Amino acid sequence: MENVINVEHLAYTYPGVDDTPGIDVFEDLNFTIEEGTFVAILGSNGCGKSTLAKHFNSILLPCGGKVMVWGMDTAQEDKLIPVRRTVGMVFQNPDNQIVANVVEEDVAFGPENLGIASPVIRQRVDAALNQVGMYEYRLHAPHLLSGGQKQRVAIAGVIAMEPKCIVLDEPTAMLDPQGRREVMQTITRLKNDKNITVILITHHMDEAAQADRVVVLDKGIVALDGSPQMVFSQVEKLHEMGLSAPETVELCRTLNEQGFCLPLDRLDDKDCAQALVEALKA
Amino acid sequence: MLKDITLGQYFPGVSVAHRLDPRTKLIILIGYIVALFSAKSWISYGVSFAFLASAIAVSGIPVKSIVRGMKPLVMILVFTGLLNLFFTGGETVLLSFWKVTITLEGLRRAIFMVLRILMLISGTFLLTYTTSPISLTDGLESLLSPLKKIHLPVHELSMMMCIALRFIPTLIEETDKIMSAQKARGANFETGKLLDRVKALVPILVPLFISAFRRADELATAMECRCYQGGDGRTKMKLLRLCRNDYFALLLTAALIAVVILLAGFSL
Repeated sequence: MENVINVEHLAYTYPGVDDTPGIDVFEDLNFTIEEGTFVAILGSNGCGKSTLAKHFNSILLPCGGKVMVWGMDTAQEDKLIPVRRTVGMVFQNPDNQIVANVVEEDVAFGPENLGIASPVIRQRVDAALNQVGMYEYRLHAPHLLSGGQKQRVAIAGVIAMEPKCIVLDEPTAMLDPQGRREVMQTITRLKNDKNITVILITHHMDEAAQADRVVVLDKGIVALDGSPQMVFSQVEKLHEMGLSAPETVELCRTLNEQGFCLPLDRLDDKDCAQALVEALKA
Repeated sequence: MLKDITLGQYFPGVSVAHRLDPRTKLIILIGYIVALFSAKSWISYGVSFAFLASAIAVSGIPVKSIVRGMKPLVMILVFTGLLNLFFTGGETVLLSFWKVTITLEGLRRAIFMVLRILMLISGTFLLTYTTSPISLTDGLESLLSPLKKIHLPVHELSMMMCIALRFIPTLIEETDKIMSAQKARGANFETGKLLDRVKALVPILVPLFISAFRRADELATAMECRCYQGGDGRTKMKLLRLCRNDYFALLLTAALIAVVILLAGFSL
């Protein structure tokens, strides 16, 4: 697989106001993302997850180093629109990213900005709404939808632009469990059906467990990086960084402290139950 | 309590009036207003009323809901009527008592004035009842687009209107939440003198404004992410297109204006 997103020696400092010094978020961050993977980015508050997300489509520009997206340097001004066309972004609060007061008009907003012909926009809007399972709500007013539905509309608005990559910045943080499930199902379906590269920034370990790869940021550097099993089995390290592992792993670890010898890479409920059964039988 | 406010009085429907192009409807309304203000006689008022009545019939909007919309205007109508009735000079005196005289001209003028306002408002109601806010802004943008030549930010204005309409329900919900939060901390909005009640609103307005600015900031970022670069090079999913019904309706409006002006010419 090709590396489509390259973060090379990224440095970023939030500018200080007046005389106060700025805040250094990254000094030398390096990592790459392969095409078509589902990457979850974890980290405690203030570790720079959202700041990093905003670098993928030129909302923030690096103070040092560079971010390459499908061979385009995000800092190059003439590449701004191509970069944003390639990398779509979904934010935390669904209310603050829906522009129009009819669902289908909102989904059409991105393609309209790209100057696409009207019949093509219609097709893309219908396809995008079908993808997220919101087609029957196309004529609704957004403020009457539930949080999960709003967030799916926001995702449809991004995929109607046909990006190669979607960055989701804590898309489930403001949703109830039902809405979270809807959004996560939509994300995995997108990744499987359309081979879109997905970057999910999240606080929920069980969501990160569904990814192909988990990257843990701590103090501006990549602290852990690998498959969910590999990352989450390092429970002690996660705890040091103020994070936790998924509940199944935490359970196994607590039991291990009591003298059991359970594996720490069981992220699924069923797998965990299986391991418990085997341990009890032994 | 704030949720009860109805916004945009749009009645969804599929009647001919609903399906007309918003631009057509806006032009018809302007034409109709011109006709109303040119009307000087019973006959021309009758013609305009026939026009309005057929428009209402075609739209399928119940007359009841139009009448209901008039309720807040009763005071204005009464005042206009009375002022015109008492303060119009004329030769034919109908009644005279104390310092007040009512003339035939005054009576006529009062009736015309009240009729004019009533018909004016019914016409406007009909527009907002049959046109969704979003197609209304689309229509306005398209009608005003020649003004882009003199650098009037037509697209930006219609975008602002669209976003404002989108966020009204969100901000109302937010106001409700803030009010509950302040009430939970002992704020009192319902009793006290007027000045006290106005002062009590400050703890609602401050958080509301702060959150509105934060929302605006986030929305701007989200719009940028979706490649928004202003009106240039932008296309529309739904194109406005005039069809036969639109031309017919415009023709009827032109006929209405012509008749009313002709009648005024013959001083009828």
